[in-house]
Amino acid sequence: METIVFFMDNLDVILERTLQHIAIVGVAISLAILTGVPIGIAITLNRKAANIVLYVAAIIVTIPSIALFGLMIPILSLIGHGVGYLPAVIAVLLYSQLPIIRNTYTAISNVDPALREAARGLGMTPMQRLMKVEIPLAIPVVMAGVRIAVVMNIGITAIAAYIGAGGLGVFISRGISQTDPRQLITGAVMVSLLAIAADYALMWAQRRLTPASSSSTSASPSNA
Amino acid sequence: MIKLEKLSKVFETPGGGSVIAADQVSMEVNEGEICVLLGPSGCGKTTTLKMINALIPKTSGKITVAGRDVDTLNPVELRRSIGYVIQQIGLFPNMTIEDNICVVPDLLGWDRKKSRSRAGDLLEMVNLDPAIFLKRFPKELSGGQQQRVGVIRALAADPPVLLMDEPFGAIDPINRAVIQDEFLKMQSEIRKTIAFVSHDIDEAIKMADKVAIFKDGKLVQYASPDDLLARPVNDFVTSFVGSDRTLKRLSLLRVGEVMHGDQLRVTAQDEVGKARHLMQEAGHKNIVMVGPQGRARGFLHLNDILEARGTVAEHHNALPSTVHVKDDLRTAVSKMFRHDVSWLACVDDDGFFKGSITQRAISHALGATYRDSAEAAE
Ligand SMILES: Nc1ncnc2c1ncn2[C@@H]1O[C@H](COP(=O)(O)OP(=O)(O)O)[C@@H](O)[C@H]1O
Ligand SMILES: [Mg+2]
Repeated sequence: METIVFFMDNLDVILERTLQHIAIVGVAISLAILTGVPIGIAITLNRKAANIVLYVAAIIVTIPSIALFGLMIPILSLIGHGVGYLPAVIAVLLYSQLPIIRNTYTAISNVDPALREAARGLGMTPMQRLMKVEIPLAIPVVMAGVRIAVVMNIGITAIAAYIGAGGLGVFISRGISQTDPRQLITGAVMVSLLAIAADYALMWAQRRLTPASSSSTSASPSNA
Repeated sequence: MIKLEKLSKVFETPGGGSVIAADQVSMEVNEGEICVLLGPSGCGKTTTLKMINALIPKTSGKITVAGRDVDTLNPVELRRSIGYVIQQIGLFPNMTIEDNICVVPDLLGWDRKKSRSRAGDLLEMVNLDPAIFLKRFPKELSGGQQQRVGVIRALAADPPVLLMDEPFGAIDPINRAVIQDEFLKMQSEIRKTIAFVSHDIDEAIKMADKVAIFKDGKLVQYASPDDLLARPVNDFVTSFVGSDRTLKRLSLLRVGEVMHGDQLRVTAQDEVGKARHLMQEAGHKNIVMVGPQGRARGFLHLNDILEARGTVAEHHNALPSTVHVKDDLRTAVSKMFRHDVSWLACVDDDGFFKGSITQRAISHALGATYRDSAEAAE
């Protein structure tokens, strides 16, 4: 009951911190797509490179977020951004690499060799093959990777409150330090709701971007 | 139109060895002909085919397509100028049928309106309704329909040359026969120069103007289907074409080529005596009765009318069956067995009597090439 009252009294702050949260995750994921997708495509050309890149990306994910923030403070202090928005964005960017690179790599490598052969045989250049065939076919799987990254990083961003990045994590960190369950619950619930909402929105986008052919499971072949 | 000169391909294998997939292959496919590259799995058919459009780089030799040495051409442009059909069909699942058909015209920068209207025309050519199919996705089509689209996609930019790698291999036998027939009908209009890979001797005999038989990367025999069946050059070809090769030739020969034309005939009003006289004079046991226009109506058997009087009309028998001059000998033989007769009257589209065909004449025709080759060998 108290929590609801707190919630209603602080709608403006909640909205502000939600937007901060979205700004961190949104910007970082956009940058992660811009880096991860090309890397994922590039490593399909070389198996060895693929193994190394995927290994490094997997190691990054195992670093606890608190440790990662701690590591970035001395480095980013050199340009005067040891704490705040920038390290938060960088952390999310790094954590997102694994799901995005891995899904892109898997999707492109799994394109049916017959399609690749048809594309070559009909006279597509490697770039045309990528743009007209491989990427369109990879989009649903890449989007699934983006969804995983978004949901995972909405949680991680909550911790970025400790390095002054703002966002919904502020409710949680203050709730803990002030032993105020109202703030704690508000923060936790909002982070969860945001994650669920983002997941649904991206699932919808994923469906929209999937060619009709691959989504229609009930395609009934008529007689030849 | 497609000329291969001493074409070879050596694959290096990971173990340090090498495989000679094509060994000094020389052959020429004439303009407007279908050449079937035939042979057991692994004999180098696909490798040979893919060297033509530079999907596989050749080790040595020369390839000329439409008078141009392919080495002098950009591989991407070369491929756009040659139609290509693969067994797995390879329609792009992210594109509509229309966009799939228009892939090459789009790559070539054709006017969109022109290519889209051509896509509709091509669909009609393979009996698929453009109104239904243009906007569908490949998965919404049956295997046979997809394969038809695969073929017309290769034809979209109207290339003079078509390469087909087991194009009908993934389709069930009944639909395959239908698509083969459709394709032959289409080919009789479009007259493309086609290299067609198959491992099926029956498909080769049906589709080919020329057959190239491969073994271990070597071209063993290059001949017309009838020549191949009548005169296989060695034991490998003999066993590959099968012990029933003589029967297979039945489907290559037409009734019109084997029948006795210019037949004796009588009309319904003729006297039986005239029929008897004509048969005795020619040494025939049967004579066909024709109608006023010359359509085959019935027949008389000599033994039945030795003592008979009156008109032919009073004594004639119904014809058990007739055979069209354009039918193949298989059809003729099948009808003979079905009706237990040793001869059939041959007719044209309008039912006009053109001649008769006998079992003797058929076995003579099948045997003729053997005797020819036996004599030539002596
Ligand atoms: N990329 C490759 N690397 C090594 N060997 C190959 C390669 N492609 C084909 N071969 C070998 O070359 C031979 C001919 O293959 P292919 O032309 O595909 O035969 P076919 O189409 O007649 O079945 C086979 O022995 C095959 O194993
Ligand atoms: Mg093959």
